[in-house]
Amino acid sequence: MGYPHRPHPRETLVLSQYFGDPDARSYRGWVKRGGYEALRQALAMEPAKIIEIVKESGLRGRGGAGFPTGLKWSFMPKEKKKPHYLCVNADESEPGTFKDREIMRWTPHALLEGAAIAAHAIQAEVVYIYIRGEFTEPLAIVERALAEATAAGVFKDIKMYVHRGAGAYICGEETALMNSIEGKRGNPRIKPPFPAAVGLFGMPTTINNVETLAAVPHILARGAAWYKSLSLSSPKSTGTKLFSVCGHVQKPGNYEVPMGFPLKDLLYELCGGMRPGRTLKACIPGGSSVPILNREETESCLLDYEGVAEKGSMLGSGGVIVFDDSTDMVYQIMRLARFYAHESCAQCTQCREGTAWTTKILQRILAGQGKMSDLDLLLDLAENMTGKTICVLSDSCAAPVVSGIKKFRGEFEDYITGKKRPVLAA
Amino acid sequence: MSVTAQPPAAGIEAYEPVFTGETLAALQEILARYPTRQAALLPALWLVQRARGWISDRNMAEVAEVLGLTPAYVKGVVTFYTMYHPHPVGKHFVQVCTTTPCNICGAEAVVRAFLEATGAGELGATSPDGRWTVVETECLGACGFATPVLIDDDFIESVTPERVAELVRKYK
Repeated sequence: MGYPHRPHPRETLVLSQYFGDPDARSYRGWVKRGGYEALRQALAMEPAKIIEIVKESGLRGRGGAGFPTGLKWSFMPKEKKKPHYLCVNADESEPGTFKDREIMRWTPHALLEGAAIAAHAIQAEVVYIYIRGEFTEPLAIVERALAEATAAGVFKDIKMYVHRGAGAYICGEETALMNSIEGKRGNPRIKPPFPAAVGLFGMPTTINNVETLAAVPHILARGAAWYKSLSLSSPKSTGTKLFSVCGHVQKPGNYEVPMGFPLKDLLYELCGGMRPGRTLKACIPGGSSVPILNREETESCLLDYEGVAEKGSMLGSGGVIVFDDSTDMVYQIMRLARFYAHESCAQCTQCREGTAWTTKILQRILAGQGKMSDLDLLLDLAENMTGKTICVLSDSCAAPVVSGIKKFRGEFEDYITGKKRPVLAA
Repeated sequence: MSVTAQPPAAGIEAYEPVFTGETLAALQEILARYPTRQAALLPALWLVQRARGWISDRNMAEVAEVLGLTPAYVKGVVTFYTMYHPHPVGKHFVQVCTTTPCNICGAEAVVRAFLEATGAGELGATSPDGRWTVVETECLGACGFATPVLIDDDFIESVTPERVAELVRKYK
Protein backbone atom coordinates (compact mmCIF):
# COMPACT_ATOMS: atom_id res chain seq x y z
CA MET A 1 0.00 0.00 0.00
CA GLY A 2 1.04 3.61 0.16
CA TYR A 3 -0.25 6.90 1.44
CA PRO A 4 -0.79 9.44 0.04
CA HIS A 5 1.24 8.09 -2.91
CA ARG A 6 1.69 4.57 -4.22
CA PRO A 7 4.99 3.12 -2.97
CA HIS A 8 8.01 3.88 -5.14
CA PRO A 9 10.04 0.84 -6.29
CA ARG A 10 13.09 2.23 -4.50
CA GLU A 11 11.33 2.38 -1.14
CA THR A 12 11.87 -0.39 1.42
CA LEU A 13 8.53 -0.94 3.10
CA VAL A 14 8.80 -2.13 6.67
CA LEU A 15 7.00 0.40 8.86
CA SER A 16 4.92 1.82 6.03
CA GLN A 17 3.87 -1.45 4.43
CA TYR A 18 0.24 -0.99 5.44
CA PHE A 19 -0.07 2.80 5.14
CA GLY A 20 -3.32 3.51 3.34
CA ASP A 21 -4.82 0.11 4.23
CA PRO A 22 -7.72 0.71 6.65
CA ASP A 23 -8.06 -3.00 7.37
CA ALA A 24 -4.64 -3.04 9.10
CA ARG A 25 -6.00 -0.62 11.71
CA SER A 26 -8.23 -3.14 13.42
CA TYR A 27 -7.00 -5.72 15.89
CA ARG A 28 -8.24 -8.55 13.68
CA GLY A 29 -6.63 -7.01 10.62
CA TRP A 30 -3.34 -6.63 12.45
CA VAL A 31 -3.35 -10.20 13.72
CA LYS A 32 -4.19 -11.39 10.18
CA ARG A 33 -1.00 -9.66 9.04
CA GLY A 34 1.12 -11.44 11.62
CA GLY A 35 0.70 -8.76 14.26
CA TYR A 36 1.22 -9.47 17.98
CA GLU A 37 3.25 -12.58 17.17
CA ALA A 38 6.47 -10.74 18.08
CA LEU A 39 4.89 -9.62 21.37
CA ARG A 40 3.83 -13.17 22.18
CA GLN A 41 7.42 -14.32 21.63
CA ALA A 42 8.84 -11.38 23.58
CA LEU A 43 6.68 -12.00 26.63
CA ALA A 44 8.16 -15.50 26.84
CA MET A 45 11.71 -14.10 26.72
CA GLU A 46 13.97 -12.77 29.45
CA PRO A 47 13.98 -8.94 29.36
CA ALA A 48 17.77 -8.92 29.06
CA LYS A 49 17.58 -11.05 25.92
CA ILE A 50 15.24 -8.56 24.21
CA ILE A 51 17.55 -5.68 25.08
CA GLU A 52 20.44 -7.67 23.63
CA ILE A 53 18.64 -8.18 20.30
CA VAL A 54 17.65 -4.51 20.02
CA LYS A 55 21.23 -3.47 20.85
CA GLU A 56 22.54 -5.85 18.22
CA SER A 57 20.10 -4.45 15.61
CA GLY A 58 21.72 -1.02 15.88
CA LEU A 59 18.29 0.67 16.16
CA ARG A 60 18.68 4.32 17.14
CA GLY A 61 16.03 6.72 18.43
CA ARG A 62 13.94 8.17 15.60
CA GLY A 63 12.70 11.20 17.49
CA GLY A 64 15.72 13.33 16.72
CA ALA A 65 18.63 12.57 19.01
CA GLY A 66 19.49 9.17 17.50
CA PHE A 67 20.47 7.58 20.80
CA PRO A 68 20.93 3.78 20.56
CA THR A 69 17.63 2.26 21.72
CA GLY A 70 18.96 -0.96 23.28
CA LEU A 71 21.56 0.98 25.22
CA LYS A 72 18.88 3.35 26.52
CA TRP A 73 16.79 0.40 27.70
CA SER A 74 19.83 -1.13 29.40
CA PHE A 75 20.15 1.95 31.66
CA MET A 76 17.00 0.89 33.52
CA PRO A 77 17.65 -0.80 36.88
CA LYS A 78 17.97 -4.57 36.44
CA GLU A 79 16.69 -5.26 39.89
CA LYS A 80 13.27 -3.81 40.27
CA LYS A 81 12.74 -1.97 43.52
CA LYS A 82 10.25 0.68 42.41
CA PRO A 83 7.61 0.99 39.70
CA HIS A 84 9.08 1.36 36.19
CA TYR A 85 7.40 3.42 33.49
CA LEU A 86 7.53 3.62 29.71
CA CYS A 87 6.54 6.87 28.03
CA VAL A 88 5.76 6.90 24.34
CA ASN A 89 6.62 10.21 22.76
CA ALA A 90 3.85 10.85 20.24
CA ASP A 91 4.03 14.62 20.67
CA GLU A 92 5.23 14.98 17.07
CA SER A 93 5.55 18.75 16.66
CA GLU A 94 8.89 19.34 14.98
CA PRO A 95 8.18 21.47 11.90
CA GLY A 96 8.66 19.30 8.81
CA THR A 97 7.95 16.02 10.60
CA PHE A 98 4.73 14.05 10.15
CA LYS A 99 5.75 10.40 10.19
CA ASP A 100 4.49 9.38 13.65
CA ARG A 101 1.09 10.74 12.72
CA GLU A 102 0.98 8.35 9.75
CA ILE A 103 2.14 5.39 11.86
CA MET A 104 -0.62 6.08 14.38
CA ARG A 105 -3.26 6.64 11.71
CA TRP A 106 -2.59 3.46 9.74
CA THR A 107 -0.78 1.01 12.00
CA PRO A 108 -1.69 1.89 15.60
CA HIS A 109 -1.15 -1.74 16.62
CA ALA A 110 2.48 -1.60 15.43
CA LEU A 111 3.04 1.14 17.99
CA LEU A 112 1.14 -0.66 20.75
CA GLU A 113 2.95 -3.92 20.07
CA GLY A 114 6.35 -2.21 20.08
CA ALA A 115 5.45 -0.37 23.27
CA ALA A 116 4.39 -3.58 25.01
CA ILE A 117 7.64 -5.30 23.99
CA ALA A 118 9.65 -2.33 25.27
CA ALA A 119 7.66 -2.31 28.52
CA HIS A 120 8.48 -5.98 29.06
CA ALA A 121 12.15 -5.36 28.26
CA ILE A 122 12.45 -2.58 30.83
CA GLN A 123 10.06 -4.25 33.31
CA ALA A 124 7.54 -1.41 33.20
CA GLU A 125 4.02 -2.17 34.30
CA VAL A 126 2.51 1.06 33.00
CA VAL A 127 2.87 2.76 29.61
CA TYR A 128 1.70 6.29 28.91
CA ILE A 129 1.30 7.23 25.26
CA TYR A 130 1.58 11.01 25.10
CA ILE A 131 -0.14 12.21 21.91
CA ARG A 132 -0.20 15.89 21.04
CA GLY A 133 -3.61 17.46 21.55
CA GLU A 134 -4.01 18.61 17.95
CA PHE A 135 -3.78 15.05 16.61
CA THR A 136 -7.50 14.38 16.95
CA GLU A 137 -7.56 11.60 14.37
CA PRO A 138 -4.52 9.64 15.64
CA LEU A 139 -5.86 10.06 19.19
CA ALA A 140 -9.15 8.43 18.26
CA ILE A 141 -7.49 5.65 16.25
CA VAL A 142 -4.93 4.78 18.93
CA GLU A 143 -7.62 4.85 21.65
CA ARG A 144 -9.75 2.45 19.64
CA ALA A 145 -6.82 0.13 18.89
CA LEU A 146 -5.81 0.20 22.55
CA ALA A 147 -9.32 -0.75 23.66
CA GLU A 148 -9.43 -3.65 21.17
CA ALA A 149 -6.00 -5.01 22.05
CA THR A 150 -6.61 -4.63 25.78
CA ALA A 151 -9.91 -6.49 25.46
CA ALA A 152 -8.08 -9.26 23.59
CA GLY A 153 -5.70 -9.55 26.53
CA VAL A 154 -2.48 -9.36 24.51
CA PHE A 155 -0.73 -7.03 26.93
CA LYS A 156 -1.02 -9.44 29.89
CA ASP A 157 -0.12 -7.42 33.01
CA ILE A 158 1.08 -4.29 31.19
CA LYS A 159 -1.29 -1.36 31.50
CA MET A 160 -1.37 1.20 28.70
CA TYR A 161 -3.02 4.61 28.65
CA VAL A 162 -3.26 7.47 26.19
CA HIS A 163 -2.46 10.91 27.64
CA ARG A 164 -3.57 13.85 25.49
CA GLY A 165 -1.32 16.90 25.26
CA ALA A 166 -2.79 20.37 25.04
CA GLY A 167 -0.64 22.38 22.65
CA ALA A 168 3.03 22.82 23.54
CA TYR A 169 5.94 21.90 21.25
CA ILE A 170 8.25 21.72 24.24
CA CYS A 171 6.36 18.71 25.63
CA GLY A 172 8.18 16.65 23.00
CA GLU A 173 11.30 17.17 25.12
CA GLU A 174 11.46 14.04 27.25
CA THR A 175 11.43 15.52 30.73
CA ALA A 176 8.92 18.23 29.76
CA LEU A 177 6.68 15.41 28.58
CA MET A 178 7.00 13.72 31.98
CA ASN A 179 6.12 16.95 33.76
CA SER A 180 3.12 17.32 31.48
CA ILE A 181 1.86 13.83 32.36
CA GLU A 182 2.34 14.69 36.03
CA GLY A 183 -0.08 17.61 35.60
CA LYS A 184 2.52 20.36 35.46
CA ARG A 185 3.61 23.05 33.03
CA GLY A 186 5.80 21.49 30.36
CA ASN A 187 9.12 22.74 31.64
CA PRO A 188 12.14 20.55 30.85
CA ARG A 189 14.05 19.28 33.89
CA ILE A 190 17.73 19.64 34.60
CA LYS A 191 19.67 16.46 33.84
CA PRO A 192 21.12 14.56 35.60
CA PRO A 193 19.32 12.78 37.08
CA PHE A 194 18.38 11.05 33.85
CA PRO A 195 14.93 9.47 33.40
CA ALA A 196 16.26 5.91 33.79
CA ALA A 197 17.07 6.81 37.41
CA VAL A 198 14.50 9.51 38.22
CA GLY A 199 11.81 9.91 35.59
CA LEU A 200 8.04 9.97 35.59
CA PHE A 201 6.65 10.35 39.13
CA GLY A 202 10.28 10.15 40.27
CA MET A 203 10.56 6.52 39.14
CA PRO A 204 12.86 4.80 36.63
CA THR A 205 11.47 5.66 33.21
CA THR A 206 12.30 5.08 29.57
CA ILE A 207 10.91 7.27 26.81
CA ASN A 208 10.89 6.30 23.15
CA ASN A 209 9.60 7.83 19.94
CA VAL A 210 6.69 6.26 18.02
CA GLU A 211 8.76 5.27 14.97
CA THR A 212 11.44 3.69 17.16
CA LEU A 213 8.89 1.49 18.94
CA ALA A 214 7.08 0.60 15.72
CA ALA A 215 10.35 -0.88 14.40
CA VAL A 216 10.81 -3.15 17.43
CA PRO A 217 8.28 -5.91 16.53
CA HIS A 218 9.92 -6.26 13.09
CA ILE A 219 13.35 -6.60 14.69
CA LEU A 220 12.14 -9.29 17.09
CA ALA A 221 10.24 -11.16 14.38
CA ARG A 222 12.94 -11.07 11.71
CA GLY A 223 16.15 -10.70 13.70
CA ALA A 224 18.82 -8.10 14.31
CA ALA A 225 20.92 -9.27 11.35
CA TRP A 226 18.01 -8.74 8.96
CA TYR A 227 17.43 -5.22 10.30
CA LYS A 228 21.08 -4.31 9.93
CA SER A 229 21.19 -5.71 6.40
CA LEU A 230 18.44 -3.33 5.22
CA SER A 231 20.74 -0.33 5.49
CA LEU A 232 23.03 0.87 2.72
CA SER A 233 25.47 2.16 5.33
CA SER A 234 25.38 -0.58 7.96
CA PRO A 235 26.68 -1.02 10.60
CA LYS A 236 26.87 2.71 11.47
CA SER A 237 23.24 3.51 10.72
CA THR A 238 20.93 0.53 10.43
CA GLY A 239 17.46 -0.31 9.21
CA THR A 240 15.01 1.87 7.34
CA LYS A 241 13.80 5.37 8.18
CA LEU A 242 10.64 7.23 7.37
CA PHE A 243 11.37 10.59 5.80
CA SER A 244 8.61 13.17 5.81
CA VAL A 245 9.17 15.40 2.81
CA CYS A 246 7.34 18.71 2.61
CA GLY A 247 7.57 22.12 0.99
CA HIS A 248 8.32 22.71 -2.66
CA VAL A 249 8.35 19.20 -4.10
CA GLN A 250 5.81 17.76 -6.51
CA LYS A 251 4.84 14.84 -4.27
CA PRO A 252 5.22 15.65 -0.59
CA GLY A 253 4.62 12.76 1.80
CA ASN A 254 6.27 10.02 3.82
CA TYR A 255 8.86 7.81 2.16
CA GLU A 256 10.55 4.83 3.75
CA VAL A 257 14.07 4.24 2.51
CA PRO A 258 17.09 2.38 3.85
CA MET A 259 19.59 4.37 5.86
CA GLY A 260 22.30 5.72 3.59
CA PHE A 261 19.85 6.57 0.76
CA PRO A 262 20.88 9.61 -1.31
CA LEU A 263 18.84 12.73 -0.44
CA LYS A 264 19.07 13.80 -4.07
CA ASP A 265 17.27 10.64 -5.23
CA LEU A 266 14.63 11.04 -2.53
CA LEU A 267 13.82 14.54 -3.74
CA TYR A 268 14.14 14.16 -7.50
CA GLU A 269 12.96 10.58 -8.01
CA LEU A 270 10.62 9.60 -5.20
CA CYS A 271 9.16 13.06 -4.61
CA GLY A 272 9.01 13.97 -8.30
CA GLY A 273 11.45 16.88 -8.04
CA MET A 274 10.70 20.58 -7.88
CA ARG A 275 7.60 22.25 -9.25
CA PRO A 276 7.77 23.04 -12.99
CA GLY A 277 10.27 25.78 -13.82
CA ARG A 278 11.72 25.85 -10.31
CA THR A 279 15.10 24.82 -8.95
CA LEU A 280 16.22 23.69 -5.51
CA LYS A 281 17.55 26.42 -3.28
CA ALA A 282 17.87 24.91 0.18
CA CYS A 283 16.79 22.01 2.35
CA ILE A 284 16.41 21.36 6.05
CA PRO A 285 17.03 17.61 6.33
CA GLY A 286 16.01 16.67 9.86
CA GLY A 287 13.21 18.86 11.15
CA SER A 288 13.41 22.62 11.66
CA SER A 289 15.90 22.38 14.53
CA VAL A 290 18.87 21.41 12.37
CA PRO A 291 21.13 23.59 10.19
CA ILE A 292 19.97 24.46 6.66
CA LEU A 293 21.77 22.84 3.71
CA ASN A 294 22.35 24.67 0.44
CA ARG A 295 21.72 23.08 -2.93
CA GLU A 296 25.19 21.55 -3.35
CA GLU A 297 25.17 20.08 0.14
CA THR A 298 21.65 18.70 -0.36
CA GLU A 299 22.44 17.05 -3.66
CA SER A 300 25.51 15.27 -2.28
CA CYS A 301 24.03 14.23 1.08
CA LEU A 302 23.49 10.65 2.19
CA LEU A 303 20.58 10.08 4.54
CA ASP A 304 22.03 8.47 7.63
CA TYR A 305 23.27 9.83 10.94
CA GLU A 306 26.85 10.16 9.69
CA GLY A 307 26.07 11.34 6.15
CA VAL A 308 23.99 14.32 7.21
CA ALA A 309 26.47 15.22 9.96
CA GLU A 310 29.22 15.25 7.33
CA LYS A 311 27.32 18.05 5.54
CA GLY A 312 27.15 20.04 8.76
CA SER A 313 23.58 19.24 9.70
CA MET A 314 21.73 16.41 11.47
CA LEU A 315 19.41 13.57 10.48
CA GLY A 316 17.18 14.58 13.40
CA SER A 317 13.61 13.38 13.04
CA GLY A 318 13.80 12.88 9.27
CA GLY A 319 11.57 15.86 8.50
CA VAL A 320 12.83 17.15 5.16
CA ILE A 321 11.75 20.71 4.31
CA VAL A 322 12.46 21.67 0.71
CA PHE A 323 12.80 25.27 -0.48
CA ASP A 324 12.90 26.22 -4.17
CA ASP A 325 14.29 29.37 -5.75
CA SER A 326 11.06 31.31 -5.10
CA THR A 327 11.69 31.21 -1.33
CA ASP A 328 12.46 34.32 0.68
CA MET A 329 14.98 32.75 3.07
CA VAL A 330 15.03 35.75 5.41
CA TYR A 331 11.27 35.64 5.86
CA GLN A 332 11.22 31.88 6.42
CA ILE A 333 14.09 31.99 8.90
CA MET A 334 12.18 34.72 10.76
CA ARG A 335 9.12 32.44 10.69
CA LEU A 336 11.18 29.62 12.23
CA ALA A 337 12.56 31.94 14.90
CA ARG A 338 9.00 33.07 15.64
CA PHE A 339 8.04 29.43 16.10
CA TYR A 340 10.73 28.95 18.74
CA ALA A 341 9.90 32.24 20.43
CA HIS A 342 6.28 31.10 20.68
CA GLU A 343 7.22 27.65 21.95
CA SER A 344 9.92 28.61 24.47
CA CYS A 345 8.84 27.52 27.95
CA ALA A 346 10.64 30.66 29.20
CA GLN A 347 12.55 28.99 32.03
CA CYS A 348 16.01 29.95 30.78
CA THR A 349 16.96 33.54 30.07
CA GLN A 350 19.05 32.74 27.00
CA CYS A 351 16.06 31.05 25.37
CA ARG A 352 13.25 33.32 26.55
CA GLU A 353 15.09 36.51 25.58
CA GLY A 354 17.15 35.05 22.75
CA THR A 355 14.30 33.58 20.73
CA ALA A 356 12.22 36.75 21.15
CA TRP A 357 15.02 39.13 20.21
CA THR A 358 16.14 37.00 17.29
CA THR A 359 12.60 37.22 15.94
CA LYS A 360 12.40 40.99 16.53
CA ILE A 361 15.69 41.67 14.81
CA LEU A 362 14.74 39.54 11.81
CA GLN A 363 11.39 41.34 11.61
CA ARG A 364 13.21 44.68 11.73
CA ILE A 365 15.38 43.58 8.81
CA LEU A 366 12.30 42.45 6.86
CA ALA A 367 10.71 45.86 7.55
CA GLY A 368 13.65 47.61 5.88
CA GLN A 369 15.01 48.94 9.17
CA GLY A 370 17.93 46.58 9.63
CA LYS A 371 21.58 47.54 9.99
CA MET A 372 24.59 45.62 8.74
CA SER A 373 25.66 45.18 12.36
CA ASP A 374 22.39 43.29 12.98
CA LEU A 375 23.86 40.24 11.27
CA ASP A 376 26.74 40.11 13.74
CA LEU A 377 24.28 40.79 16.53
CA LEU A 378 22.17 37.80 15.44
CA LEU A 379 25.25 35.58 15.35
CA ASP A 380 26.34 36.83 18.75
CA LEU A 381 22.88 36.13 20.16
CA ALA A 382 22.93 32.67 18.57
CA GLU A 383 26.23 31.89 20.22
CA ASN A 384 24.77 32.79 23.58
CA MET A 385 21.75 30.59 22.89
CA THR A 386 23.76 27.47 22.08
CA GLY A 387 24.71 24.93 24.74
CA LYS A 388 23.72 27.18 27.63
CA THR A 389 20.20 26.13 28.56
CA ILE A 390 18.35 23.25 30.22
CA CYS A 391 17.09 21.82 26.92
CA VAL A 392 18.00 22.38 23.26
CA LEU A 393 15.04 24.53 22.15
CA SER A 394 17.26 27.58 22.26
CA ASP A 395 19.98 25.84 20.23
CA SER A 396 17.30 24.81 17.74
CA CYS A 397 16.37 28.44 17.15
CA ALA A 398 20.00 29.37 16.64
CA ALA A 399 20.70 26.60 14.09
CA PRO A 400 18.67 27.94 11.14
CA VAL A 401 19.73 31.52 11.92
CA VAL A 402 23.46 30.78 11.91
CA SER A 403 23.36 28.47 8.88
CA GLY A 404 20.97 30.85 7.11
CA ILE A 405 23.23 33.87 7.52
CA LYS A 406 26.26 31.84 6.52
CA LYS A 407 24.72 30.41 3.37
CA PHE A 408 22.28 33.13 2.28
CA ARG A 409 23.93 36.29 3.63
CA GLY A 410 23.24 38.18 0.41
CA GLU A 411 19.49 37.92 0.94
CA PHE A 412 19.78 39.52 4.38
CA GLU A 413 22.01 42.27 3.01
CA ASP A 414 19.55 43.05 0.22
CA TYR A 415 16.89 43.93 2.80
CA ILE A 416 19.38 45.99 4.79
CA THR A 417 20.72 47.98 1.83
CA GLY A 418 17.27 48.56 0.42
CA LYS A 419 17.93 46.54 -2.72
CA LYS A 420 14.93 44.46 -1.76
CA ARG A 421 11.66 46.12 -0.77
CA PRO A 422 10.45 45.57 2.81
CA VAL A 423 7.82 42.85 3.22
CA LEU A 424 6.78 43.72 6.76
CA ALA A 425 5.33 47.00 8.02
CA ALA A 426 7.76 49.02 10.14
CA MET B 1 -10.37 31.30 62.98
CA SER B 2 -13.47 29.66 61.66
CA VAL B 3 -14.84 30.47 58.23
CA THR B 4 -18.56 30.67 57.79
CA ALA B 5 -20.36 30.42 54.47
CA GLN B 6 -21.06 33.78 52.93
CA PRO B 7 -23.95 34.48 50.57
CA PRO B 8 -22.68 35.06 47.02
CA ALA B 9 -21.62 38.65 46.37
CA ALA B 10 -24.06 40.77 44.37
CA GLY B 11 -23.78 40.21 40.62
CA ILE B 12 -22.16 36.77 40.87
CA GLU B 13 -24.39 34.03 39.62
CA ALA B 14 -24.55 30.69 41.35
CA TYR B 15 -21.84 28.36 40.05
CA GLU B 16 -22.90 25.19 38.30
CA PRO B 17 -20.22 22.56 38.99
CA VAL B 18 -18.78 20.68 35.99
CA PHE B 19 -17.87 17.50 37.84
CA THR B 20 -21.23 15.86 38.36
CA GLY B 21 -22.89 12.86 36.73
CA GLU B 22 -21.11 11.52 33.67
CA THR B 23 -18.26 14.04 33.78
CA LEU B 24 -17.51 13.08 37.36
CA ALA B 25 -17.59 9.40 36.42
CA ALA B 26 -15.19 10.09 33.55
CA LEU B 27 -12.83 11.86 35.95
CA GLN B 28 -12.96 8.95 38.41
CA GLU B 29 -12.00 6.58 35.62
CA ILE B 30 -9.09 8.86 34.64
CA LEU B 31 -7.85 9.15 38.24
CA ALA B 32 -7.39 5.38 38.35
CA ARG B 33 -4.74 5.61 35.61
CA TYR B 34 -2.24 7.64 37.62
CA PRO B 35 -0.48 7.30 40.96
CA THR B 36 -1.21 10.98 41.84
CA ARG B 37 -4.36 13.11 41.63
CA GLN B 38 -2.38 15.95 40.10
CA ALA B 39 -1.61 13.85 37.01
CA ALA B 40 -5.29 13.98 36.10
CA LEU B 41 -5.04 17.75 35.64
CA LEU B 42 -4.66 17.88 31.84
CA PRO B 43 -7.43 15.31 31.27
CA ALA B 44 -9.67 17.13 33.80
CA LEU B 45 -9.17 20.42 31.97
CA TRP B 46 -10.12 18.72 28.70
CA LEU B 47 -13.34 17.52 30.36
CA VAL B 48 -14.13 21.07 31.49
CA GLN B 49 -13.46 22.54 28.08
CA ARG B 50 -15.59 19.88 26.41
CA ALA B 51 -18.47 20.63 28.77
CA ARG B 52 -18.26 24.41 28.83
CA GLY B 53 -16.42 25.43 25.65
CA TRP B 54 -13.78 27.31 27.66
CA ILE B 55 -12.23 27.31 31.12
CA SER B 56 -13.25 30.12 33.47
CA ASP B 57 -11.51 31.12 36.68
CA ARG B 58 -14.30 29.47 38.64
CA ASN B 59 -13.89 26.26 36.59
CA MET B 60 -10.20 26.38 37.48
CA ALA B 61 -11.08 26.75 41.14
CA GLU B 62 -13.37 23.72 40.90
CA VAL B 63 -10.66 21.63 39.19
CA ALA B 64 -8.22 22.74 41.90
CA GLU B 65 -10.60 21.65 44.62
CA VAL B 66 -11.34 18.29 43.02
CA LEU B 67 -7.65 17.48 42.51
CA GLY B 68 -6.27 19.00 45.70
CA LEU B 69 -4.38 21.84 44.00
CA THR B 70 -4.58 25.62 44.31
CA PRO B 71 -6.52 27.73 41.79
CA ALA B 72 -3.35 29.72 41.04
CA TYR B 73 -1.47 26.53 40.24
CA VAL B 74 -4.23 25.36 37.90
CA LYS B 75 -4.25 28.73 36.16
CA GLY B 76 -0.50 28.47 35.67
CA VAL B 77 -0.99 25.17 33.87
CA VAL B 78 -4.02 26.32 31.83
CA THR B 79 -2.13 29.33 30.50
CA PHE B 80 0.94 27.27 29.58
CA TYR B 81 -0.92 25.13 27.04
CA THR B 82 -2.24 26.85 23.92
CA MET B 83 -5.24 24.56 23.39
CA TYR B 84 -7.06 25.53 26.58
CA HIS B 85 -9.23 28.62 26.27
CA PRO B 86 -9.11 30.80 29.39
CA HIS B 87 -11.73 33.06 27.78
CA PRO B 88 -14.81 32.39 25.63
CA VAL B 89 -14.25 31.68 21.94
CA GLY B 90 -16.57 31.38 18.97
CA LYS B 91 -18.78 28.35 18.48
CA HIS B 92 -16.25 27.12 15.92
CA PHE B 93 -12.56 27.47 16.65
CA VAL B 94 -10.29 27.50 13.61
CA GLN B 95 -6.54 26.88 13.87
CA VAL B 96 -4.53 27.39 10.72
CA CYS B 97 -0.92 26.21 10.63
CA THR B 98 1.40 28.94 9.34
CA THR B 99 4.81 27.57 10.37
CA THR B 100 7.54 27.47 7.70
CA PRO B 101 6.64 24.30 5.74
CA CYS B 102 3.03 25.45 5.36
CA ASN B 103 4.05 29.09 5.08
CA ILE B 104 6.04 28.44 1.91
CA CYS B 105 3.00 26.64 0.50
CA GLY B 106 0.69 29.61 0.95
CA ALA B 107 -0.71 29.22 4.50
CA GLU B 108 -1.00 32.96 5.11
CA ALA B 109 -3.45 33.25 2.22
CA VAL B 110 -5.52 30.48 3.85
CA VAL B 111 -5.63 32.50 7.08
CA ARG B 112 -6.77 35.62 5.23
CA ALA B 113 -9.47 33.60 3.46
CA PHE B 114 -10.78 32.29 6.82
CA LEU B 115 -10.77 35.73 8.43
CA GLU B 116 -12.82 37.04 5.54
CA ALA B 117 -15.21 34.12 5.03
CA THR B 118 -16.05 33.82 8.74
CA GLY B 119 -16.37 37.53 9.42
CA ALA B 120 -13.91 37.17 12.33
CA GLY B 121 -11.86 39.93 10.70
CA GLU B 122 -8.75 39.67 12.82
CA LEU B 123 -6.73 36.91 14.44
CA GLY B 124 -8.02 35.82 17.84
CA ALA B 125 -11.19 37.90 17.56
CA THR B 126 -14.65 36.35 17.46
CA SER B 127 -17.03 37.12 14.61
CA PRO B 128 -19.93 39.44 15.53
CA ASP B 129 -22.39 36.54 15.29
CA GLY B 130 -20.34 34.64 17.89
CA ARG B 131 -19.81 31.69 15.59
CA TRP B 132 -16.14 31.92 14.62
CA THR B 133 -12.72 32.49 16.12
CA VAL B 134 -9.70 32.12 13.84
CA VAL B 135 -6.10 31.81 15.05
CA GLU B 136 -2.75 31.04 13.51
CA THR B 137 -1.19 28.02 15.13
CA GLU B 138 2.34 26.67 15.15
CA CYS B 139 3.12 23.43 13.29
CA LEU B 140 0.16 21.03 13.25
CA GLY B 141 2.41 18.11 12.31
CA ALA B 142 0.97 17.45 8.86
CA CYS B 143 3.49 19.44 6.78
CA GLY B 144 3.14 17.21 3.72
CA PHE B 145 -0.53 18.15 3.60
CA ALA B 146 -0.17 21.93 3.52
CA THR B 147 -2.17 23.68 4.72
CA PRO B 148 -3.69 21.66 7.57
CA VAL B 149 -6.50 23.34 9.50
CA LEU B 150 -8.22 22.29 12.71
CA ILE B 151 -11.87 23.30 12.90
CA ASP B 152 -12.95 22.29 16.40
CA ASP B 153 -11.86 18.61 16.50
CA ASP B 154 -11.87 18.11 12.73
CA PHE B 155 -8.39 17.92 11.26
CA ILE B 156 -8.61 18.98 7.61
CA GLU B 157 -5.68 18.46 5.23
CA SER B 158 -4.54 20.34 2.14
CA VAL B 159 -6.71 23.43 2.58
CA THR B 160 -6.30 26.09 -0.10
CA PRO B 161 -7.86 29.58 -0.08
CA GLU B 162 -10.31 28.36 -2.73
CA ARG B 163 -11.69 25.67 -0.39
CA VAL B 164 -12.28 28.00 2.55
CA ALA B 165 -15.69 29.43 1.65
CA GLU B 166 -17.13 25.95 1.18
CA LEU B 167 -15.67 24.73 4.48
CA VAL B 168 -17.12 27.69 6.33
CA ARG B 169 -20.55 27.04 4.80
CA LYS B 170 -20.38 23.44 6.02
CA TYR B 171 -20.02 24.54 9.64
CA LYS B 172 -22.76 27.17 9.62
